[in-house]
Amino acid sequence: MKRVLMIKRTHVSEKTIAWLFMAPALLGLALFILAPFILAIVLSFTNVRLGSPLPVEWTGWREYARLMDDAAFLHALFNNLVFALVVVPVQTLLALGLALWLNRPLRGRVVFRTLFFMPVIFPLSLIAVVWILIYSPDANGLMNHVLRLMSLGHWQTKDFLHDPLWALPAIMLTSIWQGVGLQMVVLLAALQAIPAELYEAATIDGARAWQRFRHVSLPQLRNALVFVVIVTTILAFRVFDQVRIMTQGGPEDHSATVVFAAVQAAFDRAQVAKGMAMSVVFFLLVLAITLVQRKLLKQTRD
Amino acid sequence: MHRKRLWNFVNYLLLSIAALLFIAPILFMVVGSFKPEAQVLSEMGTLRAVLPSEIKLHNYRDVFVRIPFGRYLWNSVLINGLIVGLGLIVNALAAYALARLQWRGRDTLLVVVLALLIIPFEAIAVPLFYQLSALGWRNDYLVQVFPFVANPLAIYLFYSFFLGLPRELEEAARVDGAGILRTFFAIVIPNAKPVFATVAIVTFLLYWGMYLWPLLMTVDDGVRPLPLAIATFYTLPPVQWGDILAFGVMMVLPVLVIFITFQPWFVRGVATTGLKG
Repeated sequence: MKRVLMIKRTHVSEKTIAWLFMAPALLGLALFILAPFILAIVLSFTNVRLGSPLPVEWTGWREYARLMDDAAFLHALFNNLVFALVVVPVQTLLALGLALWLNRPLRGRVVFRTLFFMPVIFPLSLIAVVWILIYSPDANGLMNHVLRLMSLGHWQTKDFLHDPLWALPAIMLTSIWQGVGLQMVVLLAALQAIPAELYEAATIDGARAWQRFRHVSLPQLRNALVFVVIVTTILAFRVFDQVRIMTQGGPEDHSATVVFAAVQAAFDRAQVAKGMAMSVVFFLLVLAITLVQRKLLKQTRD
Repeated sequence: MHRKRLWNFVNYLLLSIAALLFIAPILFMVVGSFKPEAQVLSEMGTLRAVLPSEIKLHNYRDVFVRIPFGRYLWNSVLINGLIVGLGLIVNALAAYALARLQWRGRDTLLVVVLALLIIPFEAIAVPLFYQLSALGWRNDYLVQVFPFVANPLAIYLFYSFFLGLPRELEEAARVDGAGILRTFFAIVIPNAKPVFATVAIVTFLLYWGMYLWPLLMTVDDGVRPLPLAIATFYTLPPVQWGDILAFGVMMVLPVLVIFITFQPWFVRGVATTGLKG
Protein backbone atom coordinates (compact mmCIF):
# COMPACT_ATOMS: atom_id res chain seq x y z
CA MET A 1 0.00 0.00 0.00
CA LYS A 2 2.70 2.40 1.05
CA ARG A 3 4.73 1.62 -2.06
CA VAL A 4 1.87 2.40 -4.41
CA LEU A 5 1.35 5.68 -2.62
CA MET A 6 5.00 6.67 -3.09
CA ILE A 7 5.01 5.96 -6.79
CA LYS A 8 1.83 7.93 -7.13
CA ARG A 9 3.28 10.86 -5.24
CA THR A 10 6.43 11.05 -7.36
CA HIS A 11 4.28 10.80 -10.47
CA VAL A 12 2.18 13.77 -9.44
CA SER A 13 5.20 15.93 -8.75
CA GLU A 14 7.00 15.10 -12.01
CA LYS A 15 5.57 18.19 -13.68
CA THR A 16 6.69 20.38 -10.79
CA ILE A 17 10.17 18.89 -10.78
CA ALA A 18 10.42 19.38 -14.53
CA TRP A 19 9.64 23.07 -14.22
CA LEU A 20 12.07 23.43 -11.32
CA PHE A 21 14.76 21.78 -13.45
CA MET A 22 13.97 24.08 -16.35
CA ALA A 23 13.57 27.30 -14.39
CA PRO A 24 17.18 28.52 -14.07
CA ALA A 25 17.97 27.82 -17.72
CA LEU A 26 14.71 29.38 -18.91
CA LEU A 27 15.35 32.49 -16.85
CA GLY A 28 18.86 32.83 -18.27
CA LEU A 29 17.81 32.25 -21.87
CA ALA A 30 14.88 34.66 -21.57
CA LEU A 31 16.86 37.46 -19.92
CA PHE A 32 20.11 37.23 -21.83
CA ILE A 33 19.19 35.94 -25.29
CA LEU A 34 15.49 36.42 -25.97
CA ALA A 35 15.07 39.82 -24.30
CA PRO A 36 18.01 41.55 -26.02
CA PHE A 37 17.03 39.94 -29.29
CA ILE A 38 13.51 41.41 -29.09
CA LEU A 39 14.93 44.68 -27.78
CA ALA A 40 17.18 44.93 -30.84
CA ILE A 41 14.25 44.52 -33.21
CA VAL A 42 12.08 47.01 -31.31
CA LEU A 43 14.73 49.70 -30.84
CA SER A 44 15.86 49.44 -34.45
CA PHE A 45 12.52 51.05 -35.36
CA THR A 46 13.09 54.04 -33.05
CA ASN A 47 15.49 56.98 -32.96
CA VAL A 48 16.99 56.15 -29.54
CA ARG A 49 20.48 57.50 -28.82
CA LEU A 50 22.40 57.51 -25.58
CA GLY A 51 22.51 61.00 -24.07
CA SER A 52 20.31 62.54 -26.77
CA PRO A 53 17.87 65.31 -25.72
CA LEU A 54 15.34 64.26 -28.40
CA PRO A 55 12.31 62.26 -27.20
CA VAL A 56 12.27 58.63 -28.30
CA GLU A 57 9.90 58.12 -31.24
CA TRP A 58 8.89 55.41 -33.65
CA THR A 59 10.67 56.02 -36.89
CA GLY A 60 9.65 52.88 -38.78
CA TRP A 61 12.13 51.66 -41.34
CA ARG A 62 14.17 54.87 -41.27
CA GLU A 63 17.20 53.31 -39.56
CA TYR A 64 17.29 50.49 -42.12
CA ALA A 65 16.84 52.90 -45.01
CA ARG A 66 19.76 54.92 -43.64
CA LEU A 67 21.92 51.80 -43.44
CA MET A 68 21.38 51.22 -47.14
CA ASP A 69 22.93 54.66 -47.72
CA ASP A 70 25.59 54.36 -45.05
CA ALA A 71 28.93 54.07 -46.84
CA ALA A 72 30.73 52.72 -43.76
CA PHE A 73 28.13 50.00 -43.18
CA LEU A 74 28.02 48.97 -46.85
CA HIS A 75 31.79 48.85 -46.84
CA ALA A 76 31.70 46.60 -43.78
CA LEU A 77 29.13 44.33 -45.43
CA PHE A 78 31.26 44.17 -48.56
CA ASN A 79 34.33 43.32 -46.48
CA ASN A 80 32.46 40.44 -44.83
CA LEU A 81 31.46 39.14 -48.25
CA VAL A 82 35.03 39.31 -49.54
CA PHE A 83 36.20 37.69 -46.33
CA ALA A 84 33.75 34.80 -46.75
CA LEU A 85 34.41 34.41 -50.50
CA VAL A 86 38.17 34.09 -49.93
CA VAL A 87 38.47 32.46 -46.53
CA VAL A 88 35.76 29.79 -46.90
CA PRO A 89 37.12 28.04 -50.03
CA VAL A 90 40.79 28.46 -49.09
CA GLN A 91 40.33 27.26 -45.54
CA THR A 92 38.08 24.35 -46.54
CA LEU A 93 40.44 23.11 -49.26
CA LEU A 94 43.42 23.44 -46.95
CA ALA A 95 41.59 21.57 -44.19
CA LEU A 96 40.52 18.87 -46.63
CA GLY A 97 44.09 18.47 -47.88
CA LEU A 98 45.46 18.17 -44.35
CA ALA A 99 42.70 15.75 -43.33
CA LEU A 100 43.39 13.50 -46.35
CA TRP A 101 47.10 13.66 -45.63
CA LEU A 102 46.61 12.66 -42.00
CA ASN A 103 44.05 9.97 -42.88
CA ARG A 104 46.78 7.69 -44.30
CA PRO A 105 48.39 4.98 -42.20
CA LEU A 106 50.88 7.05 -40.29
CA ARG A 107 52.65 6.74 -37.00
CA GLY A 108 52.43 9.83 -34.83
CA ARG A 109 49.23 10.99 -36.46
CA VAL A 110 47.89 12.27 -33.14
CA VAL A 111 50.98 14.45 -32.72
CA PHE A 112 50.50 16.08 -36.11
CA ARG A 113 46.79 16.47 -35.58
CA THR A 114 47.51 18.18 -32.26
CA LEU A 115 50.02 20.55 -33.86
CA PHE A 116 47.63 21.59 -36.63
CA PHE A 117 44.85 22.00 -34.12
CA MET A 118 46.93 24.03 -31.67
CA PRO A 119 46.10 27.55 -32.97
CA VAL A 120 42.38 26.84 -32.55
CA ILE A 121 42.64 26.83 -28.78
CA PHE A 122 44.55 30.14 -28.65
CA PRO A 123 42.50 33.18 -27.64
CA LEU A 124 41.90 35.36 -30.70
CA SER A 125 43.00 38.46 -28.84
CA LEU A 126 46.41 36.88 -28.22
CA ILE A 127 46.74 35.63 -31.79
CA ALA A 128 45.90 39.10 -33.07
CA VAL A 129 48.73 40.66 -31.07
CA VAL A 130 51.29 38.06 -32.15
CA TRP A 131 50.33 38.65 -35.78
CA ILE A 132 50.64 42.42 -35.37
CA LEU A 133 54.29 41.67 -34.69
CA ILE A 134 54.53 39.29 -37.66
CA TYR A 135 53.10 42.02 -39.93
CA SER A 136 55.44 44.62 -38.45
CA PRO A 137 56.37 47.41 -40.91
CA ASP A 138 59.96 47.04 -39.72
CA ALA A 139 62.21 45.66 -42.47
CA ASN A 140 62.90 42.77 -40.08
CA GLY A 141 59.20 42.01 -39.65
CA LEU A 142 58.61 38.33 -40.41
CA MET A 143 56.08 38.74 -43.22
CA ASN A 144 58.08 41.46 -44.95
CA HIS A 145 61.23 39.41 -44.55
CA VAL A 146 59.71 36.24 -46.00
CA LEU A 147 58.21 38.11 -48.96
CA ARG A 148 61.55 39.79 -49.65
CA LEU A 149 63.30 36.40 -49.68
CA MET A 150 60.63 34.89 -51.93
CA SER A 151 60.76 37.79 -54.39
CA LEU A 152 64.60 37.68 -54.42
CA GLY A 153 64.81 41.13 -52.87
CA HIS A 154 62.23 42.87 -55.04
CA TRP A 155 59.65 43.19 -52.26
CA GLN A 156 59.17 46.70 -50.91
CA THR A 157 58.60 46.71 -47.15
CA LYS A 158 54.92 47.30 -46.40
CA ASP A 159 52.92 48.38 -43.38
CA PHE A 160 50.28 45.69 -43.95
CA LEU A 161 47.85 46.67 -41.24
CA HIS A 162 47.79 50.34 -42.23
CA ASP A 163 47.61 49.75 -45.96
CA PRO A 164 44.11 50.04 -47.53
CA LEU A 165 44.86 47.17 -49.90
CA TRP A 166 46.55 44.81 -47.42
CA ALA A 167 44.75 45.28 -44.10
CA LEU A 168 41.84 42.95 -44.87
CA PRO A 169 43.93 40.21 -46.55
CA ALA A 170 46.28 40.30 -43.57
CA ILE A 171 43.37 39.65 -41.19
CA MET A 172 42.11 36.91 -43.52
CA LEU A 173 45.45 35.09 -43.47
CA THR A 174 45.54 35.23 -39.68
CA SER A 175 41.99 33.86 -39.52
CA ILE A 176 42.73 31.02 -41.93
CA TRP A 177 45.80 30.06 -39.95
CA GLN A 178 43.83 30.10 -36.72
CA GLY A 179 40.79 28.22 -37.95
CA VAL A 180 42.00 25.58 -40.39
CA GLY A 181 42.78 23.06 -37.65
CA LEU A 182 39.18 23.00 -36.52
CA GLN A 183 37.82 22.22 -39.99
CA MET A 184 40.56 19.63 -40.40
CA VAL A 185 39.54 17.79 -37.23
CA VAL A 186 35.89 17.72 -38.33
CA LEU A 187 36.79 16.40 -41.79
CA LEU A 188 39.30 13.89 -40.41
CA ALA A 189 36.63 12.49 -38.08
CA ALA A 190 34.25 12.16 -41.06
CA LEU A 191 36.94 10.47 -43.18
CA GLN A 192 37.66 7.94 -40.46
CA ALA A 193 33.97 7.10 -40.21
CA ILE A 194 33.92 5.89 -43.86
CA PRO A 195 33.77 2.05 -43.85
CA ALA A 196 36.98 0.48 -45.18
CA GLU A 197 34.91 -1.96 -47.29
CA LEU A 198 33.87 0.89 -49.57
CA TYR A 199 37.51 1.54 -50.47
CA GLU A 200 38.25 -2.16 -50.80
CA ALA A 201 35.31 -2.63 -53.17
CA ALA A 202 36.43 0.35 -55.23
CA THR A 203 40.00 -0.98 -55.40
CA ILE A 204 38.76 -4.39 -56.56
CA ASP A 205 36.77 -2.60 -59.25
CA GLY A 206 40.07 -1.08 -60.38
CA ALA A 207 39.55 2.46 -59.07
CA ARG A 208 42.75 4.51 -58.81
CA ALA A 209 43.54 6.91 -55.96
CA TRP A 210 41.84 9.90 -57.59
CA GLN A 211 38.75 7.85 -58.52
CA ARG A 212 38.51 6.48 -54.98
CA PHE A 213 38.62 10.02 -53.69
CA ARG A 214 36.12 11.28 -56.25
CA HIS A 215 33.60 8.43 -55.99
CA VAL A 216 34.02 7.17 -52.41
CA SER A 217 35.48 9.84 -50.09
CA LEU A 218 33.79 12.89 -51.56
CA PRO A 219 30.17 11.62 -51.53
CA GLN A 220 30.67 10.23 -48.01
CA LEU A 221 32.12 13.55 -46.87
CA ARG A 222 29.26 15.59 -48.27
CA ASN A 223 27.50 16.34 -44.99
CA ALA A 224 30.73 17.11 -43.15
CA LEU A 225 31.78 19.42 -45.98
CA VAL A 226 28.44 21.26 -45.98
CA PHE A 227 28.75 21.62 -42.21
CA VAL A 228 32.31 22.95 -42.44
CA VAL A 229 31.47 25.39 -45.22
CA ILE A 230 28.45 26.79 -43.38
CA VAL A 231 30.21 27.08 -40.01
CA THR A 232 33.15 28.83 -41.66
CA THR A 233 30.81 31.18 -43.53
CA ILE A 234 29.02 32.14 -40.31
CA LEU A 235 32.38 32.64 -38.57
CA ALA A 236 33.44 34.87 -41.47
CA PHE A 237 30.48 37.12 -40.71
CA ARG A 238 31.14 37.08 -36.95
CA VAL A 239 34.71 38.43 -37.20
CA PHE A 240 35.36 41.08 -34.58
CA ASP A 241 38.29 40.53 -32.20
CA GLN A 242 41.02 40.53 -34.85
CA VAL A 243 39.63 43.67 -36.49
CA ARG A 244 39.30 45.56 -33.23
CA ILE A 245 42.82 44.69 -32.11
CA MET A 246 44.79 44.59 -35.35
CA THR A 247 43.39 47.47 -37.43
CA GLN A 248 40.49 49.16 -35.57
CA GLY A 249 38.65 48.69 -38.88
CA GLY A 250 41.09 50.92 -40.67
CA PRO A 251 42.50 52.43 -42.60
CA GLU A 252 39.19 54.23 -43.25
CA ASP A 253 36.86 51.24 -42.93
CA HIS A 254 38.95 49.15 -45.32
CA SER A 255 38.96 46.29 -42.83
CA ALA A 256 35.77 47.01 -40.86
CA THR A 257 33.22 44.20 -40.49
CA VAL A 258 29.49 44.28 -39.71
CA VAL A 259 29.91 43.34 -36.05
CA PHE A 260 32.73 45.85 -35.74
CA ALA A 261 30.54 48.55 -37.30
CA ALA A 262 27.64 47.70 -34.96
CA VAL A 263 29.85 47.91 -31.87
CA GLN A 264 31.40 51.13 -33.12
CA ALA A 265 28.00 52.73 -33.70
CA ALA A 266 26.36 51.68 -30.43
CA PHE A 267 29.35 51.61 -28.08
CA ASP A 268 31.85 54.15 -29.37
CA ARG A 269 29.35 56.67 -30.83
CA ALA A 270 26.22 56.06 -28.70
CA GLN A 271 24.09 55.60 -31.85
CA VAL A 272 22.00 52.90 -30.26
CA ALA A 273 19.25 52.52 -32.87
CA LYS A 274 21.82 52.25 -35.63
CA GLY A 275 23.77 49.59 -33.77
CA MET A 276 20.53 47.67 -33.18
CA ALA A 277 19.56 47.80 -36.86
CA MET A 278 23.02 46.51 -37.79
CA SER A 279 22.69 43.68 -35.25
CA VAL A 280 19.34 42.71 -36.77
CA VAL A 281 20.76 42.73 -40.31
CA PHE A 282 23.68 40.65 -39.09
CA PHE A 283 21.31 38.13 -37.51
CA LEU A 284 19.22 37.90 -40.70
CA LEU A 285 22.41 37.14 -42.66
CA VAL A 286 23.33 34.32 -40.28
CA LEU A 287 19.75 33.03 -40.37
CA ALA A 288 19.80 32.94 -44.18
CA ILE A 289 23.07 30.99 -44.18
CA THR A 290 21.67 28.53 -41.62
CA LEU A 291 18.52 27.97 -43.69
CA VAL A 292 20.62 27.24 -46.76
CA GLN A 293 22.53 24.67 -44.70
CA ARG A 294 19.31 22.98 -43.54
CA LYS A 295 18.15 22.77 -47.14
CA LEU A 296 21.42 21.28 -48.40
CA LEU A 297 21.53 18.73 -45.59
CA LYS A 298 17.91 17.71 -46.18
CA GLN A 299 18.62 17.04 -49.84
CA THR A 300 21.14 14.36 -48.95
CA ARG A 301 18.81 12.71 -46.48
CA ASP A 302 16.05 12.28 -49.08
CA MET B 1 60.88 -1.89 -50.25
CA HIS B 2 63.58 0.76 -50.44
CA ARG B 3 61.29 2.92 -52.47
CA LYS B 4 58.57 2.60 -49.93
CA ARG B 5 60.89 3.54 -47.10
CA LEU B 6 62.16 6.55 -49.01
CA TRP B 7 58.60 7.62 -49.75
CA ASN B 8 57.75 7.26 -46.08
CA PHE B 9 60.71 9.41 -45.12
CA VAL B 10 59.79 12.12 -47.61
CA ASN B 11 56.21 12.05 -46.36
CA TYR B 12 57.30 12.59 -42.76
CA LEU B 13 59.74 15.27 -43.79
CA LEU B 14 57.08 17.22 -45.68
CA LEU B 15 54.57 16.78 -42.89
CA SER B 16 57.10 17.99 -40.33
CA ILE B 17 57.93 21.05 -42.43
CA ALA B 18 54.24 21.85 -42.80
CA ALA B 19 53.67 21.42 -39.08
CA LEU B 20 56.69 23.57 -38.28
CA LEU B 21 55.51 26.36 -40.59
CA PHE B 22 52.15 26.05 -38.98
CA ILE B 23 53.23 26.45 -35.40
CA ALA B 24 55.96 28.99 -36.26
CA PRO B 25 53.94 31.93 -34.85
CA ILE B 26 53.49 30.04 -31.58
CA LEU B 27 57.16 29.05 -31.38
CA PHE B 28 58.06 32.58 -32.21
CA MET B 29 55.92 33.86 -29.33
CA VAL B 30 57.44 31.44 -26.82
CA VAL B 31 61.03 32.04 -27.91
CA GLY B 32 60.54 35.81 -28.15
CA SER B 33 59.25 35.92 -24.60
CA PHE B 34 62.72 34.93 -23.36
CA LYS B 35 64.65 37.52 -25.38
CA PRO B 36 65.95 40.99 -24.63
CA GLU B 37 63.64 43.59 -26.22
CA ALA B 38 66.12 44.66 -28.90
CA GLN B 39 66.38 41.14 -30.30
CA VAL B 40 62.68 40.35 -30.62
CA LEU B 41 62.20 42.29 -33.84
CA SER B 42 65.73 42.34 -35.20
CA GLU B 43 66.08 38.53 -35.14
CA MET B 44 62.62 37.92 -36.53
CA GLY B 45 63.74 36.98 -40.01
CA THR B 46 66.55 34.74 -38.83
CA LEU B 47 66.67 31.24 -37.39
CA ARG B 48 67.21 32.89 -34.03
CA ALA B 49 63.50 33.75 -34.09
CA VAL B 50 62.78 30.16 -33.10
CA LEU B 51 66.14 29.11 -31.62
CA PRO B 52 67.04 31.34 -28.68
CA SER B 53 70.70 32.00 -27.92
CA GLU B 54 69.99 32.46 -24.22
CA ILE B 55 67.01 32.22 -21.92
CA LYS B 56 66.21 35.26 -19.79
CA LEU B 57 63.23 35.63 -17.53
CA HIS B 58 63.22 39.42 -17.27
CA ASN B 59 60.18 39.84 -19.56
CA TYR B 60 58.17 37.67 -17.21
CA ARG B 61 59.23 39.78 -14.26
CA ASP B 62 58.27 42.93 -16.20
CA VAL B 63 54.75 41.63 -16.78
CA PHE B 64 54.18 41.49 -13.04
CA VAL B 65 55.74 44.93 -12.56
CA ARG B 66 53.87 46.71 -15.36
CA ILE B 67 50.39 45.31 -14.89
CA PRO B 68 48.54 43.63 -11.99
CA PHE B 69 48.88 40.25 -13.69
CA GLY B 70 47.78 38.24 -10.67
CA ARG B 71 44.59 40.24 -10.47
CA TYR B 72 43.74 39.68 -14.17
CA LEU B 73 44.48 35.97 -13.83
CA TRP B 74 42.30 35.67 -10.76
CA ASN B 75 39.48 37.54 -12.55
CA SER B 76 39.70 35.19 -15.53
CA VAL B 77 39.80 32.07 -13.36
CA LEU B 78 36.86 33.26 -11.26
CA ILE B 79 34.69 34.31 -14.21
CA ASN B 80 35.40 31.16 -16.20
CA GLY B 81 35.06 28.90 -13.18
CA LEU B 82 31.62 30.34 -12.45
CA ILE B 83 30.47 30.14 -16.08
CA VAL B 84 31.59 26.51 -16.37
CA GLY B 85 30.44 25.37 -12.90
CA LEU B 86 27.04 27.05 -12.87
CA GLY B 87 26.56 26.17 -16.54
CA LEU B 88 27.05 22.45 -15.91
CA ILE B 89 24.33 22.45 -13.23
CA VAL B 90 21.80 24.69 -14.97
CA ASN B 91 22.09 23.17 -18.43
CA ALA B 92 22.21 19.54 -17.29
CA LEU B 93 19.04 20.00 -15.21
CA ALA B 94 17.19 21.63 -18.10
CA ALA B 95 18.37 18.98 -20.56
CA TYR B 96 17.19 16.19 -18.28
CA ALA B 97 13.74 17.73 -17.99
CA LEU B 98 13.60 18.01 -21.78
CA ALA B 99 14.92 14.52 -22.45
CA ARG B 100 13.28 12.37 -19.81
CA LEU B 101 10.49 14.00 -17.80
CA GLN B 102 6.84 14.08 -18.84
CA TRP B 103 5.25 17.52 -18.72
CA ARG B 104 3.17 19.79 -20.86
CA GLY B 105 5.04 22.39 -22.86
CA ARG B 106 8.14 20.22 -23.17
CA ASP B 107 8.10 19.88 -26.94
CA THR B 108 7.50 23.60 -27.43
CA LEU B 109 10.37 24.55 -25.15
CA LEU B 110 12.67 22.08 -26.87
CA VAL B 111 11.97 23.81 -30.19
CA VAL B 112 12.59 27.21 -28.57
CA VAL B 113 15.96 26.12 -27.13
CA LEU B 114 17.06 24.69 -30.47
CA ALA B 115 15.95 27.87 -32.26
CA LEU B 116 18.04 30.00 -29.87
CA LEU B 117 21.09 27.97 -30.96
CA ILE B 118 21.31 29.89 -34.22
CA ILE B 119 21.50 33.35 -32.61
CA PRO B 120 25.21 34.17 -32.49
CA PHE B 121 26.36 36.11 -29.45
CA GLU B 122 27.59 38.92 -31.68
CA ALA B 123 23.98 39.60 -32.74
CA ILE B 124 22.85 40.24 -29.17
CA ALA B 125 26.01 41.77 -27.70
CA VAL B 126 25.02 45.33 -28.56
CA PRO B 127 21.36 45.14 -27.43
CA LEU B 128 22.34 43.23 -24.29
CA PHE B 129 24.96 45.86 -23.53
CA TYR B 130 22.28 48.51 -23.85
CA GLN B 131 19.70 46.53 -21.85
CA LEU B 132 22.03 45.89 -18.90
CA SER B 133 23.54 49.39 -18.95
CA ALA B 134 20.02 50.84 -18.81
CA LEU B 135 19.45 48.75 -15.69
CA GLY B 136 22.68 50.13 -14.26
CA TRP B 137 24.32 46.71 -14.22
CA ARG B 138 27.90 47.08 -15.41
CA ASN B 139 31.49 46.59 -14.43
CA ASP B 140 31.33 43.65 -12.00
CA TYR B 141 32.04 39.92 -12.07
CA LEU B 142 28.48 38.69 -12.33
CA VAL B 143 27.63 40.71 -15.42
CA GLN B 144 30.45 38.77 -17.08
CA VAL B 145 29.10 35.44 -15.81
CA PHE B 146 25.28 35.32 -15.86
CA PRO B 147 24.69 35.96 -19.58
CA PHE B 148 26.69 32.81 -20.41
CA VAL B 149 25.44 30.33 -17.80
CA ALA B 150 22.28 29.14 -19.59
CA ASN B 151 23.61 27.99 -22.93
CA PRO B 152 21.50 26.41 -25.72
CA LEU B 153 24.50 24.52 -27.07
CA ALA B 154 25.30 22.97 -23.70
CA ILE B 155 21.63 22.05 -23.22
CA TYR B 156 21.64 20.43 -26.66
CA LEU B 157 24.80 18.41 -25.89
CA PHE B 158 23.40 17.19 -22.56
CA TYR B 159 20.02 16.51 -24.16
CA SER B 160 21.47 14.29 -26.91
CA PHE B 161 23.52 12.40 -24.35
CA PHE B 162 20.60 11.81 -21.98
CA LEU B 163 18.43 10.58 -24.86
CA GLY B 164 21.11 8.02 -25.66
CA LEU B 165 21.36 6.65 -22.11
CA PRO B 166 19.60 3.27 -21.72
CA ARG B 167 16.28 3.87 -20.01
CA GLU B 168 16.50 0.61 -18.05
CA LEU B 169 18.92 2.12 -15.54
CA GLU B 170 16.51 4.83 -14.53
CA GLU B 171 13.47 2.57 -14.66
CA ALA B 172 15.16 0.09 -12.33
CA ALA B 173 15.88 2.86 -9.85
CA ARG B 174 12.33 4.17 -10.06
CA VAL B 175 10.89 0.69 -9.50
CA ASP B 176 13.10 0.44 -6.43
CA GLY B 177 11.35 3.48 -5.08
CA ALA B 178 13.83 6.23 -5.90
CA GLY B 179 12.23 9.56 -6.79
CA ILE B 180 13.16 11.67 -9.80
CA LEU B 181 15.73 13.67 -7.86
CA ARG B 182 17.48 10.60 -6.50
CA THR B 183 17.42 8.90 -9.87
CA PHE B 184 18.99 11.94 -11.47
CA PHE B 185 21.72 12.51 -8.92
CA ALA B 186 22.57 8.89 -8.04
CA ILE B 187 22.06 7.14 -11.39
CA VAL B 188 22.12 9.60 -14.29
CA ILE B 189 24.97 11.92 -13.28
CA PRO B 190 27.52 9.17 -12.52
CA ASN B 191 26.77 7.69 -15.95
CA ALA B 192 27.11 11.01 -17.73
CA LYS B 193 30.70 11.92 -16.84
CA PRO B 194 31.92 12.09 -20.47
CA VAL B 195 29.33 14.67 -21.48
CA PHE B 196 30.02 16.74 -18.38
CA ALA B 197 33.71 16.71 -19.28
CA THR B 198 33.05 17.64 -22.91
CA VAL B 199 30.73 20.51 -22.01
CA ALA B 200 33.10 21.80 -19.32
CA ILE B 201 36.10 21.78 -21.65
CA VAL B 202 34.29 23.29 -24.62
CA THR B 203 32.75 26.10 -22.52
CA PHE B 204 36.08 26.83 -20.89
CA LEU B 205 37.79 27.08 -24.28
CA LEU B 206 35.06 29.37 -25.61
CA TYR B 207 35.10 31.83 -22.75
CA TRP B 208 38.77 31.94 -21.70
CA GLY B 209 39.52 34.19 -24.67
CA MET B 210 36.29 36.19 -24.56
CA TYR B 211 37.03 39.75 -25.59
CA LEU B 212 33.97 41.55 -26.95
CA TRP B 213 31.73 41.25 -23.87
CA PRO B 214 34.18 42.39 -21.15
CA LEU B 215 35.26 45.16 -23.53
CA LEU B 216 31.67 46.46 -23.60
CA MET B 217 30.78 45.85 -19.98
CA THR B 218 33.84 46.63 -17.83
CA VAL B 219 35.98 49.67 -17.19
CA ASP B 220 37.97 48.70 -14.09
CA ASP B 221 41.12 46.59 -14.18
CA GLY B 222 39.85 45.19 -10.89
CA VAL B 223 37.23 43.07 -12.68
CA ARG B 224 38.69 42.76 -16.18
CA PRO B 225 39.88 39.36 -17.49
CA LEU B 226 43.19 38.52 -19.19
CA PRO B 227 42.21 39.13 -22.85
CA LEU B 228 41.65 42.82 -22.13
CA ALA B 229 45.01 43.13 -20.43
CA ILE B 230 46.85 42.47 -23.70
CA ALA B 231 45.24 45.48 -25.29
CA THR B 232 46.35 47.61 -22.34
CA PHE B 233 49.89 46.44 -22.97
CA TYR B 234 49.69 47.15 -26.61
CA THR B 235 48.41 50.68 -26.11
CA LEU B 236 50.80 51.53 -23.26
CA PRO B 237 53.80 53.20 -24.88
CA PRO B 238 56.55 52.31 -25.26
CA VAL B 239 55.40 48.98 -26.68
CA GLN B 240 57.59 46.26 -25.16
CA TRP B 241 57.13 43.22 -27.38
CA GLY B 242 59.06 40.90 -25.11
CA ASP B 243 56.66 41.70 -22.27
CA ILE B 244 53.61 41.16 -24.45
CA LEU B 245 54.90 37.79 -25.62
CA ALA B 246 55.69 36.72 -22.05
CA PHE B 247 52.20 37.78 -21.05
CA GLY B 248 50.76 35.76 -23.94
CA VAL B 249 52.63 32.63 -22.88
CA MET B 250 51.29 32.94 -19.35
CA MET B 251 47.77 33.62 -20.59
CA VAL B 252 47.62 30.57 -22.82
CA LEU B 253 49.36 28.19 -20.42
CA PRO B 254 46.20 27.14 -18.50
CA VAL B 255 44.42 26.42 -21.79
CA LEU B 256 47.37 24.39 -23.07
CA VAL B 257 47.58 22.33 -19.90
CA ILE B 258 43.87 21.54 -20.01
CA PHE B 259 44.03 20.88 -23.75
CA ILE B 260 46.90 18.41 -23.49
CA THR B 261 45.46 16.66 -20.42
CA PHE B 262 42.00 16.17 -21.91
CA GLN B 263 42.99 15.95 -25.58
CA PRO B 264 40.67 13.09 -26.67
CA TRP B 265 37.59 14.69 -25.09
CA PHE B 266 38.59 18.03 -26.40
CA VAL B 267 38.95 17.05 -30.04
CA ARG B 268 35.81 14.91 -29.92
CA GLY B 269 33.80 17.69 -28.34
CA VAL B 270 34.97 20.29 -30.80
CA ALA B 271 34.61 17.96 -33.79
CA THR B 272 31.01 17.13 -32.95
CA THR B 273 29.97 20.67 -32.20
CA GLY B 274 32.21 22.48 -34.66
CA LEU B 275 32.41 25.45 -32.40
CA LYS B 276 34.77 28.20 -31.43
CA GLY B 277 33.80 31.80 -31.88
